[in-house]
Amino acid sequence: MALEVEDLRVHYRTLRGDVRALDGVSFGLADGEIMGLAGESGCGKTTLGKSLIRLDGRMRHVGGRAVLDGGELPIADDKAMNRRRYRDVSIIPQYSMSAMNPTRKIGKLTADLLRAKGESFRELRPELVRRLELVGLSEQVLDNYPIELSGGMKQRMVMVLSTLLDPSLLIADEVTSALDVSNQKAVAETLVRFRELGFVKSMVVVTHDLSLVYQIADSIMIMYAGRIVEKGPADTIINAPRHPYTRALIEALPEVGLEYGDRRLKSIPGKPPQLLNPPTGCRFRDRCELAHDRCIEDPPAVDLAPDHTASCWKVVD
Amino acid sequence: MLELQNVWKSYRVGALGSKKLTAVRDVSFSVSRGEVLSVVGESGSGKSTIGKMVLQLIPPTRGAVRLDGREVTARRHSDRKAYYRRVQGVFQDPFSSYNPIFKADRVFDAVRESFFPGLKRAEWQDKVDRSLTSVGLEPGAVLRKYPHQLSGGQLQRMLIARALLLDIELLVADEIISMLDASTRIDVLNLLGALKERGLGVLFVTHDLSLANYISERVIIMRHGAVVEMGATGKVFGDPRHPYSRNLLASVPQLHRKWSDAATEFEDLEPDGDREADPAPLARVGADHWVAAAA
Ligand SMILES: Nc1ncnc2c1ncn2[C@@H]1O[C@H](COP(=O)(O)OP(=O)(O)OP(=O)(O)O)[C@@H](O)[C@H]1O
Ligand SMILES: Nc1ncnc2c1ncn2[C@@H]1O[C@H](COP(=O)(O)OP(=O)(O)OP(=O)(O)O)[C@@H](O)[C@H]1O
Ligand code: SF4
Ligand SMILES: [Mg+2]
Ligand SMILES: [Mg+2]
Repeated sequence: MALEVEDLRVHYRTLRGDVRALDGVSFGLADGEIMGLAGESGCGKTTLGKSLIRLDGRMRHVGGRAVLDGGELPIADDKAMNRRRYRDVSIIPQYSMSAMNPTRKIGKLTADLLRAKGESFRELRPELVRRLELVGLSEQVLDNYPIELSGGMKQRMVMVLSTLLDPSLLIADEVTSALDVSNQKAVAETLVRFRELGFVKSMVVVTHDLSLVYQIADSIMIMYAGRIVEKGPADTIINAPRHPYTRALIEALPEVGLEYGDRRLKSIPGKPPQLLNPPTGCRFRDRCELAHDRCIEDPPAVDLAPDHTASCWKVVD
Repeated sequence: MLELQNVWKSYRVGALGSKKLTAVRDVSFSVSRGEVLSVVGESGSGKSTIGKMVLQLIPPTRGAVRLDGREVTARRHSDRKAYYRRVQGVFQDPFSSYNPIFKADRVFDAVRESFFPGLKRAEWQDKVDRSLTSVGLEPGAVLRKYPHQLSGGQLQRMLIARALLLDIELLVADEIISMLDASTRIDVLNLLGALKERGLGVLFVTHDLSLANYISERVIIMRHGAVVEMGATGKVFGDPRHPYSRNLLASVPQLHRKWSDAATEFEDLEPDGDREADPAPLARVGADHWVAAAA
């Protein structure tokens, strides 16, 4: 196992109480596994990614742990994490492209980043250039300002940078959502290539585009309201999902060629619960067609196959 | 209602604006009442730039943007205000629309100050709550929070809710669904669908071709700042004539077909050339179907 996360609980402190953005999250990631991570907006995907990299000031590690390559990640200890960050675990954050300082050339930005990590730009430059060429960028881009690169070029640039030190785990948070479909494809295929070349061992690819991540992922994990509801091989999750939320989410994906005038797409009625004082029991209860008495208790995570788990009372029987 | 005629836009980039980048080249199209026009195309092809010009955030370098026949470059404050009562926008990258040091719902206050100064507190709150609910947000979960306390999709939907507070005629929606899960996307699209039936015109910039097909009657495909193909959605997506359009459609990820199963042959495309030159002219290839001559 490259990564093992056990009962991870990370809350946001607010004046009104704790927002339980990760409320008992457990999963494993095998060596070389590319896992897609999806779920409703606000369910905790970015929080999960950040928890494995850097807790911001308001995040509180309440319980559980994460083990990377056999060693525990010191999640709550920012200093200790600093030694692991970028080297062992790296992230491409949501909106990293628009976060690039527009007044600094890309080469300068890169040098700043490496210096902050105690690495030498001069020494790493040949490898950097080699990898840029691999993703179709010339050394020339180091002399460009971020605004001069297209979205796809910028995203490939960010991918090369974030994996330059060959981290074991890469978290890619919505890296394709701002790109056109051709560039989405190129970026997704680059992720696979990076794994093949050993630039990174395993990956968590956070996305809302299930049909895209299905193209490249070995497994897919679905979250709902701070918890994991299902994880399994990509084919199983797309073609034979078991959890009612996963089923509803997959059904909400548009078929190619559908028109508003002909037939309405149907969303999942209702809203997810608030994560400040969430209700007990299954969090999908209010929206679930199969909900029954038992669902007021927390459903167990049921192993349906060695690599397929769903947390729902209905899959128990 | 909205009309762009031979619009060009160049930016100055680099140290002291030493370089020029032509982002939009000779673009003409119109959006009618009750019509959703989708704009799709390459990243960096000028889609957001068009949206910004329609919203008067930047002026065109050449050409005209008109609303009901009147040019929209309003100089007077009162004209601008009148314009924004009719036209609102929601932008890609929701984070940039918020000021991190203020609570996120401050974006609503500006609308109240400008357009509803007389409304009672409770009535205003009710209006905001209804708008939030219509985009699938629980008011209690998002109000009185700072931007960093909300997820990308929540911030995005608050901006949509803000745009819908006013009874507008035209909405510029730039990638408003990319940050949302599949179910919430449908809610937002069906909401746009309902509003369009009541007469709203929408300039809908998106990367999701299936959803563009779902919601829009007409579509524009852009590359290198220019239109390569446009027309009725069914025609353009059903019978794409430009090689770029065909490549784009072939890249759409599908659930029943993996990229790795059927290696698609991509066609060679013209490289980016002199952006100052006129782009290839559009030729009519059918009823409401135009395509740029491919070299
Ligand atoms: N600093 C914070 N304080 C309080 N609540 C927060 C904070 N940051 C995030 N949250 C809440 O935690 C929940 C999880 O947020 P997160 O950003 O992880 O969601 P997400 O799954 O990545 O959503 P999206 O798909 O929209 O990006 C959300 O409900 C959000 O409102
Ligand atoms: N303020 C600016 N100054 C200089 N150049 C700019 C500015 N804004 C955009 N550009 C450039 O203009 C071109 C068009 O950008 P625009 O944002 O309109 O593209 P887009 O089609 O919306 O792309 P995406 O799909 O990535 O959002 C790009 O090359 C971009 O780098
Ligand atoms: S546990 Fe109950 S409410 Fe939850 S998904 Fe299963 S059946 Fe539905
Ligand atoms: Mg997120
Ligand atoms: Mg854009």
